[in-house]
Amino acid sequence: MGSGGEVLGALTDGPALRICHLYPDLLNLYGDRGNIMVLTQRARWRGMTVAVTGVGLGEPLDPAGADLFFIGGGEDRQQRIAADDLCRHKRGPLQDAVADGAVVLAVCGGYQLVGRYYRPAEGEDLPGVGLLDLWTEHPGPAARRLIGNLVIEVEGMDAPLIGFENHGGRTRLGPGARPLGRVLTGFGNNGEDGWEGATDRRVYGTYLHGPLLPKNPAFADRLIAEAVSRRHPGFALAPLPDANAARAREVMLARLGTPAGKSARAGVE
Amino acid sequence: MPGRVARAVEPRVLPLLSRRLRYGSVIVAGTNGKTTTARLLAHIMEALGRVPVHNRAGANLAAGIASALVEHADLFGRPSGDVGIFEVDEATVPRVVPHLAPRVMIFTNLFRDQLDRYGEIDHIAGLWRATGEGLRADAVVVANGDDPLVYDAVRGLPGRLVTFGIEDERHALPAIEHTAEARYCYRCGTPYAYTWTYFGHMGRYRCPTCGTGRPPIDLAARDVVLAGADGASFTLAASGGGRTARITTVLPGLYNVYNVLAASAAALEMGAPLDRVAEALASFAPAFGRAERVVVGGAELRMLLSKNPAGFNEVLRTVLSGGPLPVVLIAINDNIADGRDVSWLWDVEFEMLAGRVAHVVVTGLRAEDIALRLRYAGMADGAIEVQRDYEPALRAALARAAGRPLFVLPTYTAMLALREVLQRWGAVGRFWEH
Repeated sequence: MGSGGEVLGALTDGPALRICHLYPDLLNLYGDRGNIMVLTQRARWRGMTVAVTGVGLGEPLDPAGADLFFIGGGEDRQQRIAADDLCRHKRGPLQDAVADGAVVLAVCGGYQLVGRYYRPAEGEDLPGVGLLDLWTEHPGPAARRLIGNLVIEVEGMDAPLIGFENHGGRTRLGPGARPLGRVLTGFGNNGEDGWEGATDRRVYGTYLHGPLLPKNPAFADRLIAEAVSRRHPGFALAPLPDANAARAREVMLARLGTPAGKSARAGVE
Repeated sequence: MPGRVARAVEPRVLPLLSRRLRYGSVIVAGTNGKTTTARLLAHIMEALGRVPVHNRAGANLAAGIASALVEHADLFGRPSGDVGIFEVDEATVPRVVPHLAPRVMIFTNLFRDQLDRYGEIDHIAGLWRATGEGLRADAVVVANGDDPLVYDAVRGLPGRLVTFGIEDERHALPAIEHTAEARYCYRCGTPYAYTWTYFGHMGRYRCPTCGTGRPPIDLAARDVVLAGADGASFTLAASGGGRTARITTVLPGLYNVYNVLAASAAALEMGAPLDRVAEALASFAPAFGRAERVVVGGAELRMLLSKNPAGFNEVLRTVLSGGPLPVVLIAINDNIADGRDVSWLWDVEFEMLAGRVAHVVVTGLRAEDIALRLRYAGMADGAIEVQRDYEPALRAALARAAGRPLFVLPTYTAMLALREVLQRWGAVGRFWEH
């Protein structure tokens, strides 16, 4: 793979977490690297070896070289550059990796690019890599951006995901993708249908930045576990103390008046 | 709000009043350094015997500017000052330029800041490009030549372009920072080749494909000496004539060298002699919250406004520039004036704090978020103290300082709130007295 790779942490007896960060210096709009920091630290705190490889423009992508692929967000201009490069150099390898059980996390602009296409406010459509059955259209420069704190409930998770969204594009899902979650506070995919994000196989796309993983450690661990299980089936993660994250979550949920968990949500449904 | 009233009653109040300023107006625009640059320039103008009219820090939308003009005018619309110095919000620039018809327009820099309010950086650059229609042909555009985004936005504007920049590679960073905005040429998309960078995307750059690069610098800072939190000195060198002057300032860090350069360039264009500029700069005291020193209960704290990743990184480098391990109070709010999205905290290189500070107190509406960020930056839980409220946070930081340097790093509204506490304690004046 390309330059910028580094192995973090001493070699230990735990399994390795291999992360591939796509376009780290191009798509990095909203603290996106925070997601990489969290994946890295949480694996290291458990004694795992972590390898993070950055893959940039024009560089080849090895579908077997990583178990978790991350792609962040950018402005329209950066997104256009990335879309072109993704389709030219990375589409096939990414599809192979997903077919082979790799995890993909795509946030904001990256989320739009893993769909079928993105129609920006101005200019030609940007082709997507088609990892998720969805498409995104920007209603035009005069349309309001969907900006604010975003809280969603995710099937199979006890606590909601908390973050921030800021996007002009409106995303719609085809039959091949399921929504990642249901919006409790905020806009989500399009501000209309009440759904947020998309998932299929081990691909996760979302408008949640903030960044996403620091405040949602359970989701971070789910991604780590799925990524590691690709080569180490049945591997279980030891729990970590997450008091800081828990407090930051409580404060924001209280501020937004959002119910904190499944039990509290019973009255809402 | 007199400004809103004046604008409603007299839609031409801005042009009417601004036209009566004998020496005309200067507009300061950019993400970082607007307030400091405007105050530096006002200070130089005062030293020359001129009477500046300027808007209050933060009141940089059209209403705030109209308000400043109205407050400084008598009943007949005669302004009490003779030179206007207005800091203008990045996105407001095209709206006020046609009305103010500035003599000098300063563009400090362009960083990602408050994307939740503005949308995207390209949008701001586009707005600046569009100001051309409202700019006088004899105006002077003073622009940061080290910032590729600024240069690309202003190069086509009417008027005469005067660039400033730092020419001292000893202060270059070993590698381009994560927070750099402009890695790719805005003309053709090729990665810029940087000979060196100072912070963020400021530096000597060139596009290997289309040749777009750092312009020739008209006013340069050479032989820069940074004295940690105590200030900086450098040689101010004008191109062509070989005129130079040694500048000393209490403002710390390279980011303030840029502010001093911007103000100096504008002052020279407004007719100030170089030696008078140097003299005035030496006696400048910082604007509130910007490298301000406050003595409280026998201790001295320094307040360094920290509102976006590039600025924050520079502040952290200043805080860590030597001496005993400091105590740091970080105050993060997410009010509209701060930006409601705090994801930028993950772009700040807080990793550099680990093991290099005695104690950190965090406060503000997002105290827990910054505590979480510091934990992932490798700081021990015991070294991070969360104090939700401002007064206990200040007390805790002061108690921990006990002779150590104490730095307070707030976002904008957190800075106002902390100053309010200090004011109650009698340590600082009320901010509108500044």
